Amino acid sequence: MSIDQARLSGSFPAILDVFASPALRAYSTALGLLAAGAAIAAILFFLLLPTLIVIPMSLSETNYIEFPPRGVTLKWYSVYFNDPDWMAATWFSLKIALATTATATITGTMAALAIVRGFLPFKTAVQALALGPMIVPHIVLGVALYLTFSPLQLTGSFPGFLVAHTVLAIPYVIITVTAALQRFDPTLELAALNCGANRLQAFFLIVLPNIAPGVAAAAVFAFLASFDEATVAFFISDVGGKSIGRKMFEDIDFNLTPVIAAVSTVLVATSLLLMGAVHLVNARKPRS
Amino acid sequence: MTNSRPQAPPRPLSFWKSGFSSARFYSLPTSIALAAPLIAALAIGFLYPVLKLVALSFSGGTLTQYRRIVTEPLHLSVLLSTIEVALVVTVASLLFGFPVAYLMARLRKGLAMIVAACVFIPLWTSVLIRSYAWVVLLQRNGMINKLLTDTGATDGPLKLIYTQGAVILAMTHVLMPFMILPIYSALRALPTDYVRAARNLGAGPARAFTAVTLPLSLPGIFAGSVMCFVLALGFYITPALVGGPGSMLMATLIGQQTTVLLDWPFAAALSTVLLAVTLLFVLLFRRTLSLSKGLNSVY
Repeated sequence: MSIDQARLSGSFPAILDVFASPALRAYSTALGLLAAGAAIAAILFFLLLPTLIVIPMSLSETNYIEFPPRGVTLKWYSVYFNDPDWMAATWFSLKIALATTATATITGTMAALAIVRGFLPFKTAVQALALGPMIVPHIVLGVALYLTFSPLQLTGSFPGFLVAHTVLAIPYVIITVTAALQRFDPTLELAALNCGANRLQAFFLIVLPNIAPGVAAAAVFAFLASFDEATVAFFISDVGGKSIGRKMFEDIDFNLTPVIAAVSTVLVATSLLLMGAVHLVNARKPRS
Repeated sequence: MTNSRPQAPPRPLSFWKSGFSSARFYSLPTSIALAAPLIAALAIGFLYPVLKLVALSFSGGTLTQYRRIVTEPLHLSVLLSTIEVALVVTVASLLFGFPVAYLMARLRKGLAMIVAACVFIPLWTSVLIRSYAWVVLLQRNGMINKLLTDTGATDGPLKLIYTQGAVILAMTHVLMPFMILPIYSALRALPTDYVRAARNLGAGPARAFTAVTLPLSLPGIFAGSVMCFVLALGFYITPALVGGPGSMLMATLIGQQTTVLLDWPFAAALSTVLLAVTLLFVLLFRRTLSLSKGLNSVY
């Protein structure tokens, strides 16, 4: 771009025309790119650091949290896997997360069919209500659920957690399955019906296989929404039944030991494996 | 993504009257049966508890609890500082998140994957773990204080944790992916030809950015900002772990009322106020808030 062009474009004040000389321009561009690159690298480092820091910390030999860690040991993992409290919380959360995955995925997928394909009265209201648990602050929902569950002695119980976590997981299922259904060509289902299949056969033989990646993603979201959930779990846990999120929250607040780093590393690895699997399943299908 | 077809039936009533069975539409009874379990779950686990909470805040048929919020300067200032922190976090997420989203949308595939990994890995990590990491990083003898004293930038360790700044920093970290992803999908939908056309017509890079890229990415910016702001309003875990008594937010105040002071009616009133503020912002910006857009770019 010549000096005249630059002036014509109006983007450079006349005094900056000196930068329009090719050598200086190239130099200032390089300098600018370098600065921008450094800034972006700093932001990416900021994003990644807190997740990655827990891995080396879980290997530290010291009894307290220190960074950089000293020595390498797996003893904190063995403490985690041998501690009855941690194991009880882990199994409790795992059971709830698996049950939540089943209930939220099934009810959510059924409702998504009705929302996308059905004559559902008050469709927008149902949709808004289903997304509600994502919008309403989790602390409000936690307090509300405690008030409801406490007189029924459902706090710290499997059914109590199942209801709470199913409600929290439903928005993820609705959003994901609705999107998958909207991408799926309904004439294929019509073809199946014309060939003599009934509604149920058409769904299981034609619709479900086609939306399966979306349903699988929804199931993983539901699992993680339950397993990683801590705010509502904080309120509806009690001495008898405690989720891993509640147990971690207590330990971070009261006794900060490297065991939490070991637990965190296990949880991060689980999340990344599951989400990586979803990513692979969805990357394989052609996307527009 | 782009080939989504219109879903509305042309004339639903005539379909219904003729009793014609179309593959596109389930009948009314089938639709209701399909949605019934969801509605039942939401009624039991969401609607009824929230209504019960709101009712408790008016217990005795008076506004006593609400009067306490308005008349006590402390409670009012907590509400205002919650909104302020949410705003600061949203603006910080936008400022730092936009360049990342831009890079993700414009880089070659391999490099874009690396940037995407930097966004997705924290997103898939539990909020609890990330707050824990910030506690460790910001501690008195933590990594950041070590770095500061070892390089001689400060004489002694600074008080970083249990401050308002720590809350803002950690919350920005947690919420940034919710800003980046909608902006990324807006930028990716923007054809590169538009920018090239602007450049060919004589616009400099800055002008092309402000005249073409920025306005066309506004839907993503709005969606991300509303999402960030609404989520920030109700944050509990992060402020509870990295914040101190001087950095009380609505959620931590509610937590304190319920777990320490056991003042449930007052906690219910505070919750109702927080809920009302959140819903107000959601309703105000519902056109720009695209939940599905944000989530569908997650995988």
